[in-house]
Amino acid sequence: MKCDNTIPGRKMFSDTLLELAKQDKDIVVVTTDARGSATLTSFAKELPDQFIELGIAEQNAIGVGAGLASAGKKTFVCGPASFYSARSLEQVKVDVAYSNNPVKILGVSGGVSYGALGFTHHSLHDIAVLRTFPGLHIVLPCDIFQTKKLVLELVNYSYPVYIRLGRNPVPNVYDNEDIKFQIGNANILLDGSDITIIGTGETVYHCLQAGKELHSRGIMARVIDMHTLKPIDRRIIEKAAKETKSIITVEEHSIFGGLGGAVAEIVTQVHPVPMRILGIPDEYVVHGTPLQVFKHYGIDSKGIFDAASNLIDSNRI
Amino acid sequence: MAKENSIKILELQLQAEKIRKRVVEMIFSSKSGHIGGSLSSVDIDTALYFHVMNIDSENSKKEDRDRFILSKGHSVEALYSVLAARGFIEDGVLDTYGQFNSILEGHPTKKVSGVEHNSGALGHGLSVGVGIAIAAKMDNKTFRTYVLMGDGEQGEGSIYEAAMSASHYHLDNLVAIIDRNELQSSGETEKVMRLEPIRERWEVFGWEVFDVDGNDIKALVDVFDSLNYSNKKPKIIIAHTIKGCGISFMERLASWHHGVVNEEQYKEAVVEINERIRNLSVKKEEYEMR
Repeated sequence: MKCDNTIPGRKMFSDTLLELAKQDKDIVVVTTDARGSATLTSFAKELPDQFIELGIAEQNAIGVGAGLASAGKKTFVCGPASFYSARSLEQVKVDVAYSNNPVKILGVSGGVSYGALGFTHHSLHDIAVLRTFPGLHIVLPCDIFQTKKLVLELVNYSYPVYIRLGRNPVPNVYDNEDIKFQIGNANILLDGSDITIIGTGETVYHCLQAGKELHSRGIMARVIDMHTLKPIDRRIIEKAAKETKSIITVEEHSIFGGLGGAVAEIVTQVHPVPMRILGIPDEYVVHGTPLQVFKHYGIDSKGIFDAASNLIDSNRI
Repeated sequence: MAKENSIKILELQLQAEKIRKRVVEMIFSSKSGHIGGSLSSVDIDTALYFHVMNIDSENSKKEDRDRFILSKGHSVEALYSVLAARGFIEDGVLDTYGQFNSILEGHPTKKVSGVEHNSGALGHGLSVGVGIAIAAKMDNKTFRTYVLMGDGEQGEGSIYEAAMSASHYHLDNLVAIIDRNELQSSGETEKVMRLEPIRERWEVFGWEVFDVDGNDIKALVDVFDSLNYSNKKPKIIIAHTIKGCGISFMERLASWHHGVVNEEQYKEAVVEINERIRNLSVKKEEYEMR
């Protein structure tokens, strides 16, 4: 996989936030000894009065974030996705979601970003779990341009949001930051009526590559960037179910309860079509770099292409 | 001045007894609730809402209001009753407690005017209080944040994360209170999981610690009045209370943690409270005549 982009999404996120925070003293960042992980060193240095270090204490960080937001601060709690979505899950449930405090929880190095660091550091459960909390929105941007647009929208967004970003620079999906982006509205990257491929976060790039390859072989695949998992874009899913013959979902997440589950909940009840849910199976993840892991579980462009070809073949029978 | 102070204390005591009666009524009519810990915390709530805090039921969201977080969310009947007495909840609404689709859930929610935070899962309130207190410092606001925790709740590890951060950030605008009734759901706190020495534990976390009789309104008023809100230290008041305080057959029994009174017990409780209300009223009249 060729990658021209050298900027990790988390850096784009924090750089954009820093620029906004210089003009708006109500923007505050909370972290848990994760300045490096969340690329917050510049923020801490330049705006120390808007930066709150809480040490390695995720439960407290989410609770403190809720308190800050309830007192009117535009609060971003930033640290590893694996810990915020598990260790402090009850604080996310009660203090952020249930209490409707519009905290923005940035989970960095999500999915299998930490690669060889192993299962303790992976977050393959976060979407499934967090999706069940009413009022909590969930966004997984796919590249740095979308990440920038997202931050601009988040600052004054009135709902609590969980954002998951990866750790490493990944290829851009979009050409520049002059793109259409709105939380809750998915984007169609390639149009077609033979099959729909839906990705979220870092899998979107692989979906697009697979879609292009299918097009070159005469299979008109529709590719959708489902950056927002909640509230999910029902309309675009219903339309895909009605207009294309089958749907494949691709996620850097457990095959249980994530993007695939969310899409299936709609498709099965509105217009059932054959589906394949690509993701991490019910096992502890194989040891390797993120790309090796993607390849191993077939959520890279080749795996997606193969799954799409097989699904189309099986539909013909 | 002494006379006025005495009358003020008598008024607070009277208010607390009326709230106590309302708590018993709510639990009797709904056949549910956490009566023991509500009764132990009534006097603390009364002191805060009728003496200490700057709040306004007509303007419940005013920016400079003091904040109260009920971290021991199960003592909600006491909170709802005090909010009603203070004009945040209409009295008729209190009667819906326990009914289908009532806004008064069995643990506090922000649907209710005057409730600052949804609580019920233990060990959360202090962190939220820390966040609010930091926000106040950032904006140079002088409002204060009060967090009421249970003693059984002290088992939650997240409390100590919050404790560390409060002293690290010198949050002298934050006051925690422990309702130290020495009982939790399964029995005596010291047998379930030893908490002592509580004072020393909080001291080494960098807090200023006070011990007080938490069912003595005058003692509570005195300790709150004595607090120094500019000494760079968060404060914690260990309020030594009696679980089920004010209903003799309930006092000091863990079984009343979420016990429900039957009709006979309800009547007995009301007689006992009414007796105290009468005595306090007479005493207050006597003071006023002097």
